[in-house]
Amino acid sequence: MAEIQIKNVAKRFGSYQALHDINLTIADQEFMVLLGASGCGKSTLLRIIAGLETQTEGEVWIGGRRIDHLPPRERGIAMVFQNYAVFPHLTVFENIGFGLRMQKLPNDEVKRRVERTAELMHIEQLLGRYSGELSGGQRQRVAVARALAMEPDVILMDEPLSNLDALLRLEMRAELKGVLAESNTTAIYVTHDQVEAMSLADRISVMHEGRIVQAATPVEVYRNPAERFVAGFIGNPPMNFLPAASADGGKWQVAGEIYDGPAAANGVEFAIRPEDIAPADTGLPAKVRLVEPLGAHLLVTCDVDGTMFRAILESDLQVKPGDMLKLAPQTDRIRWFDSSTSLAVA
Amino acid sequence: MNARLLPYILILPVTLFLCLFFLYPFLLVAKQAFNNGSGFTLENFQEVVGYWKFPISLKNTLLLAAAVVPVQLALALLMATMVNKMQKGRDLILYVWTIPLGISDLAAGIIWLAIFEQSGFLNSMMSGLGMIDRPMNFLSYQHPGIVFLAIALAEIWRATAIMLVILVAGIGLIPKEYYEAAEVFGASPWKRFWRITLPLLRPSLQTALVLRVILAFEIFAVVAALGGTLFPVLMGETYAYQFDLLNSGAAAAMALIILAISIGFTLIILRALRVPKGAQI
Ligand SMILES: Nc1ncnc2c1ncn2[C@@H]1O[C@H](COP(=O)(O)OP(=O)(O)O)[C@@H](O)[C@H]1O
Ligand SMILES: [Mg+2]
Repeated sequence: MAEIQIKNVAKRFGSYQALHDINLTIADQEFMVLLGASGCGKSTLLRIIAGLETQTEGEVWIGGRRIDHLPPRERGIAMVFQNYAVFPHLTVFENIGFGLRMQKLPNDEVKRRVERTAELMHIEQLLGRYSGELSGGQRQRVAVARALAMEPDVILMDEPLSNLDALLRLEMRAELKGVLAESNTTAIYVTHDQVEAMSLADRISVMHEGRIVQAATPVEVYRNPAERFVAGFIGNPPMNFLPAASADGGKWQVAGEIYDGPAAANGVEFAIRPEDIAPADTGLPAKVRLVEPLGAHLLVTCDVDGTMFRAILESDLQVKPGDMLKLAPQTDRIRWFDSSTSLAVA
Repeated sequence: MNARLLPYILILPVTLFLCLFFLYPFLLVAKQAFNNGSGFTLENFQEVVGYWKFPISLKNTLLLAAAVVPVQLALALLMATMVNKMQKGRDLILYVWTIPLGISDLAAGIIWLAIFEQSGFLNSMMSGLGMIDRPMNFLSYQHPGIVFLAIALAEIWRATAIMLVILVAGIGLIPKEYYEAAEVFGASPWKRFWRITLPLLRPSLQTALVLRVILAFEIFAVVAALGGTLFPVLMGETYAYQFDLLNSGAAAAMALIILAISIGFTLIILRALRVPKGAQI
């Protein structure tokens, strides 16, 4: 059992507050992704869990044991670093076996476990090489194998795929998911790539300026963003926002159209995903600015009520800049955000 | 200008300078050592090696190097590790520790002579503390151990910093991520030093050791100041042949012997601390 609990963790670097009051529970064997823009504090949080950084306030528990005062090696964790940190002076075999050697396991046990994880990561033919003789992708595999060989309770990964080229990243992503699902470890995975987060995570914690703004399943984060920030961050392109004016009894006027919305609220914003929109006889009046064919779809950038508005439409639609369209949102996909708190309102 | 030729043209002046002022005089010395005026000979070598002081000075030189260099290596590693851990005042400490580098070896010898001689600092301190009734002559033939110790101390004080500077630079080149990875995978601070720092420091260790060992075989002024004739070393004997006995053939032979020993040890160090292909940082 390796449930991770992060309780009221805060981190200051001098006067700079990198993390504010983080509370997060990660279930045993869960794959949790920390997702956020560069500089939002993802690595700092991961390094606090690893013990490479000390929190200013708060506690970290793993498997019912408080571990934030322990050195990294006593926390039952393994880590995959962004730049791999494959030791250049050791062979691939000794790299993978490094942690096992530190635990003073007998030679035949080290050999067994190194060979098994090497096979798992398809690098069994590289065991005699040095890291200088490996490609980036191979080094990445060694770094993962080194972590897996420890058979850790928790595996921490800090942007492990960000240094690989696009094709390799796709391949490794699928492979990582498979390997980690087999391994029964709890995983925390840091990334700024939302596609990576969506495809890997059991749950995603979206971080923004040192806070966790939403921790939920990928579908939930995508469908029901808890904050305007999440709605504007997740999705490519992200959600569209339009101002709304109250029109009595839970009805709201958006660009001249009336939609059902939250009953009691002061001011709200209307939000809809670009793919939840279709051209129709009635709908939001939109003036087309730009048409970008994406193969399967058209990405149409329009002007609605003076606000930029994107729609993903069928590719056989005949539309060109300057055209006027009526865009009808799929009503069950409309979301509303309180304009003063930015929180979602139903 | 041909771009492939340009680098060679640019290093030409240095090459010429070295040929003129290093290679040519070296060849002259070699000629002096192997020539007695009428042709090739090994007489000079037979003479210097056969002289009764040669085995003693060879032994003294090697012993001194064997005593001093490992202590310096350990000290320099310790100091470099400490400097690297410092957040503040790092540069200041480094400057203070490297002050002895700015002092000539003869001056260093004289400083330590002022400590050890009969009217010196050590004597006045010991008699002040009541440990001795009258000043002792530490640096005499009756105390060969103290003479050796004084020379070794002076050398350690004077020339540890040259290794320190090289090792500090070398440690600074080791990426922090390796230490973090080692820490996460269970290495204690001690293990991190042995399993990460030392192996990744091999190129710097090579440079530092080669430089230091060669300098150790050339020890002269510190010994002259503290040991005088009590402690003959190879370089001192070379000096004596050249300027006291005016036998430049023998002096040249001695110089070549020291050179051969230096080259031998350099090759051993380079070989022992070799970094395999593909294993560089
Ligand atoms: N050792 C440090 N000293 C000072 N500031 C730091 C340090 N480490 C990180 N920071 C700051 O904390 C913030 C969060 O950093 P980090 O956790 O690395 O972000 P992320 O991994 O999400 O890109 C950044 O603004 C960064 O500049
Ligand atoms: Mg980061």
